[in-house]
Formats: sequence, C-alpha cells, structure tokens
Amino acid sequence: MITTTKPAPRLAARPGPARRARRPLRTWLVASAAYLIAIIFLLPYLEMFVIAGRPNNELGDATIFPSHFTFSNFTTLWAAGGLGGSIGTSLQIAAGATVIVLLVALPAAYCTARRRFRGRTAFLLLVLATQMFQPAAMLVGIQREFTNFGVPPTLSLIIINAGFNLAFAVWILNAFFSSIPVELEEASMVDGLGRVGALLRVTLPLAAPGIVTALIFTFISAWNEFLVALTLSLGESTSQQPLTVAINSYIGEYSVDWGHLFAAGLVATVPVIILFAFIERRVVSGLTAGAVK
Amino acid sequence: MTPAFRRLAPFLWLGPAIALIGVVVLWPVVVMVQSSFQQIGGEGFVAGYNGTTNYAHLFDEPDFVSVLLRTVVWVIVVVGVTMLISLGLAQLFHQRFPGRRVTRWALIIPWAASVMMTALIFKWALDPNVGVINVILHHIGVVGKLGSNQADWLGNPTSALIWMMAVAIFVSLPFTTYAILSGLQGIPGDVYEAASLDGATSWKSYLRVTLPLLKPAILVATLINVINVFNSFPIIWEMTRGGPGYQTATSTIYMVDLKQGDVGQSASMSVINFLLVIVIVLVYLSTTRWKEQVDQ
Repeated sequence: MITTTKPAPRLAARPGPARRARRPLRTWLVASAAYLIAIIFLLPYLEMFVIAGRPNNELGDATIFPSHFTFSNFTTLWAAGGLGGSIGTSLQIAAGATVIVLLVALPAAYCTARRRFRGRTAFLLLVLATQMFQPAAMLVGIQREFTNFGVPPTLSLIIINAGFNLAFAVWILNAFFSSIPVELEEASMVDGLGRVGALLRVTLPLAAPGIVTALIFTFISAWNEFLVALTLSLGESTSQQPLTVAINSYIGEYSVDWGHLFAAGLVATVPVIILFAFIERRVVSGLTAGAVK
Repeated sequence: MTPAFRRLAPFLWLGPAIALIGVVVLWPVVVMVQSSFQQIGGEGFVAGYNGTTNYAHLFDEPDFVSVLLRTVVWVIVVVGVTMLISLGLAQLFHQRFPGRRVTRWALIIPWAASVMMTALIFKWALDPNVGVINVILHHIGVVGKLGSNQADWLGNPTSALIWMMAVAIFVSLPFTTYAILSGLQGIPGDVYEAASLDGATSWKSYLRVTLPLLKPAILVATLINVINVFNSFPIIWEMTRGGPGYQTATSTIYMVDLKQGDVGQSASMSVINFLLVIVIVLVYLSTTRWKEQVDQ
C-alpha cells in the first residue's frame, strides 16, 4: 500500500548531482521556448526576402518557397520608379528632424536637469503632453496649418517629425544630465575651462550615450513615419515622396508588384533594425521616463 | 544680472523647444478646433463658419456609432492581449539562458521596422491565392480550397478585424515586453528570497510579489499602448482600408477617409478623437503621480 512505502529521499538531502542535473534541463526548456519565439518574431521579415527573391513568373504559384532565387527585383529597383529619389527624400526628412531635435532638446534638457526655476514643472508637463499626442490625433490641423503657409512637404515633414520626437529626446537627455554630478563641471570650470568649455568638454561627452540614443530614435521614427507623410506628400512625384509613401506606388488598383514592393521594403527596413539594436537597452527608459524611474 | 533677467534666463534655453511644440503640437490643435466649426471645400477653401453643423452631420452618419464602438473594442482587445502576452514573454526573457541577447534582439524587430511594412507582409501572407499563411493552412487542411471565400480572410469584416488585431498585437509586443522587462530588472533579488523563505510557491510569489512591484511599469506600458493603438493607422489602412464599407474602420481611419470629402466634418471627428486622448492623458497624469518624480 502506498501509505506504508518509505518516504522518497528528499532532494534537498543530496543537492549536488540532483541539482546539477535539473538546472540544465530547465534552462534548455526556457531557451528553446525563447528561440521559438525569436523565430516567430523573425519569420515575417524573412518572408520579405522569400517574396523579393521570387522570380516574377513564380509569384502566382501557391508554394512556400520559390524553385530558385533571383536578385532582379533588387537591381531593377533603382531604375524603375525613382526609388533612389525617395531614399534621398527619406534621408533628408530623418536627418533634418534629428538635427533639429538635438539642437532644441539639448539646451532644454540641460537647463531642466541643472536648474530649479518657476515654470520648470509646467514646461516638463508640456513636453510630457506632446508625448501623449500623436500626429494622427491632430492630422487635420497639421495639414491645414502647413499647407496654408505653403511650406514644402519635405520641410514640413522635417519640422513635424522633430516636434513629435522632442519629448523622448528631452526625457532621455534630462535623465543623463541629471546623473552627471555638478561637481565634475564645477571642477573643470575651476581648472580654467569656463562654463561653455565645461559643458562641451566634460558634460556632453559623458552624456554621449543618451545623445546617441535620442539621435537614433528620432531618425528611425521619422524614417518610419507614414500617416503625416502620406497626407502631405500625396500629390508629389514618387521621387519627392518619402520611402514609406513611395513604396505604396507598387500597389496598383488591380495588381500589386509584390516582388519590387518587398525588395524596397527590405531596403527601408534592414538598416533601421540594425540601428535600433544599438539603442535597444535605453529606449524604454526614454519612453517611460517621467512616470517610472 | 537684474532679477528679471535671472528669472527669464532659463527660457532662453527652453525657447526653441517651446517654439517647436507651439508650431507642431499646439497650433494644429487650434486650427483643428477652428476647422471643425467651418464649412471647408475639398480644395481646402473655407466657405465660412457653420456653427455645429459638422458635428450634427457627423452624429447623423450611419457609421459613426459603430465606428466608435469598434474603436473601443479594438483598443481594449489589442492592449489587453498585448499586456497578457508581454507579461509572459518578459518573464521568459528575464531568465538566464545561452543566446539571450540574440533572442532579445529578434524580439525588437517588429518595433524597429515600420508598422506599414509589417502590415503589408501580413496582407501578402493572407492573399487568398498565394499568401503563405493560406498555403500553409491549405497544406494542413484548415483551408479547403485556395482562392475561395474561405481563404479570403481580409474580405470578411470579422476575420479581417481579428487578423488586423493580431498584427496590431504583434507590433505592440516588443515595446511592452521591454517595458515590463525593465520593471523586472528593477526588482531586487532579496525580495524573492524573502518570499521563498516564507514558503511561497513560484506562482504565488509571482502574484503576490512580482505583479504588485511591476505595477508602475504595467501602468505606463498600458497607457502608452492605449494611445498608440487608439491612433494606429497603417495596419488597417494597408490591409483593408477600413472596408468593406466602413465595417473594419476605427475612428482614425474614418477621420482620414472623411478628410477626402468634407474637411470640416473630418476636423470634428478629430476633435472627438482628441478629447478622448485628453481624457486618457489626464488619467495617466493623475494615476502615475509623475510630478513627484520630476521634482526629486
């Protein structure tokens, strides 16, 4: 009978071999679950390669993989519909927005991190509010403002993307400046560097990781922005449209040029995924700062 | 320096930021509210103020109520499911295992890639004739015949909405998981030791120790997700354009579509969207007590 059997030896009584045997098993279970999930997250983007590399005469086949691979969609991309021009436009918008964000956010973040003054809280509240408002919520106002003043689409998109990414940059730079001891700046001022010298030679280099994070984040978010770009550059020629909008010109009314579409999609996506990997660890703190430390 | 200058000096540093926010965020709100009370032609020509006519017409639209209700369902389902899955994913990726960095890197891809591209991949994968999801479903016998109505997931409003919600959840998972992960990393290990000394099982210690300590991270992630998902545009626009009719449209899609015909009415739709967002922001500010944090 069960009740009369001897109690099994407790695991805790001989921790050595039993523990060593159990840990790897659990670790490998966790690891394989994580690998599986990582593959699921990767698959849709790998699928872009499969479609972009499919020969045109196989696009209508109901097969998972094409019989052979071709790079013709990638090579004809540049000649066909002005995609090179679109990449230039996207680069202008993303780089322009990034430069403006840095020029505007650096002094604001430094000032709010170093000084306590009347209006500081109100300013930070204003910045937080912009983080909560998305361009989609005020699209009509944005469109009417910028078209009424006759601002060209590319310049409009630079300013708008800068405005909506300012909050992230201010928060993350504010956190970095706050973490740099004032004494360090004061010491270098005593050493004859002066206030501006101390800022340029001591504080900014120490805040470099924050600056790089703000820079890459703004660049990616402006590069990927779609709704405002679509609204403001609708009537432009394809080469004057940013990549996110221009890619849609491969979608015709009756047929879609999927091969070129995903070849262009890869060109638009792969660089930003690599960039994003650099700032991955710090991005969350910038997005949720002001609420959670 | 005079005292007045001393008081105003900080605003030299903040000036550019305030100007940028004014031009890009505040002024468009003014223009939007103003436009919502104006009659505006398709070319953007303002014919004059027409009181609350735009709002009256909007409320009379047969699709208005169903679009708003769908928006609410869209937000609740997408954010709710995202939070639940992310809690599990964060717990998994918080463990130590070989290759953790690489797997975490794979996890961020949908966040880094443009949502529009992700939506287009799924639109292709759901193509009734050659889409890879349909081809696989056909192989395992779920879909009987390719090219049939059964395979046309995006042609049917209900299945289209479910698939689009799935895509919206997919692109929301990376940020949410990372937000919860950073919350988990902030919990000191000795809290768990104390809990296990008290005899708590791992599930119990998760419910009683981990979840309460994760509350700030969960709260912020939820609110940021609500705002993003509420305003989400590319997924629905690329996959169904809100159709057939407006049967898969949320309020953002509806607003963009109205803009092509009647800018004034579209502006009044935006104002309603905007008021909803303000309510969310106020809840956010009051629940997170952010002021205490910045004043530290």
